[in-house]
Amino acid sequence: MKAKQRPLSPFMIGPYYKPQLTSLMSITHRASGVFLSIIGAPLLLWWLIAVSSGPQAYDALLGFLGSLIGQLLLIATVFCLSFHMINGVRHLVWDTGRALDIKTAYTAGWLVLIGTVLLSAILLGVLL
Amino acid sequence: MSMLNPLARARGHGSAKEGVHHWYAQRASALLLIVLMGWLIYAMFRLAGADHGAASSFIAQPINAAFLILLIVTLFYHAMLGLQVVIEDYVHNQVLEVVFYFISRAGALFGMALGIIHVLKLALGA
Repeated sequence: MKAKQRPLSPFMIGPYYKPQLTSLMSITHRASGVFLSIIGAPLLLWWLIAVSSGPQAYDALLGFLGSLIGQLLLIATVFCLSFHMINGVRHLVWDTGRALDIKTAYTAGWLVLIGTVLLSAILLGVLL
Repeated sequence: MSMLNPLARARGHGSAKEGVHHWYAQRASALLLIVLMGWLIYAMFRLAGADHGAASSFIAQPINAAFLILLIVTLFYHAMLGLQVVIEDYVHNQVLEVVFYFISRAGALFGMALGIIHVLKLALGA
């Protein structure tokens, strides 16, 4: 027997809802987490393995990070890391049942974005 | 009407009191990662532009080696839990879902093992 096709509420990103800061930051939190999992964490491992493998491997890594693709990956990783960490604090506060009203959610959202730009700028200033 | 009593029927089907474990583990590892990120940022400041010798002697210090091992284990654990939720929510093909789930778990475990071994190699001077 085929299950009855019941109506579902549409996905938050798409033509059905107006884009909102809260929904966009929610999906970006997941997207940045996925990026860090498949690019950021392997990059950290590569750095570690390069150091333990010797000067040649280390220079090869520095060469890659100096290339255009390397620079882009490094910049994207730093942005994702800053955003995911600071926005993660916002989520942790929500998980305690606090700051859930719409006004505070938006204020905290903007603060997260400002914090992300600042932390990214500091880290990139050090790394690049 | 079943001949089983209600408790026997519920066993193995209902809540096993583990429903909250994934949720809790995701957040506990997140808290730990915030602390470890503090060390990672410190390491970035110390090692940006460093040559190979400086980088390897930095990791070889026991305190830094300990932080790095803890960071790698917590990071891959947190990533594994997060990827699981994303796969469950967005991959609707059952075969692909299991395949991605397996790859994410196996990949995280491999990352942990590889990371720990390389930190130990530097720390123990092999």
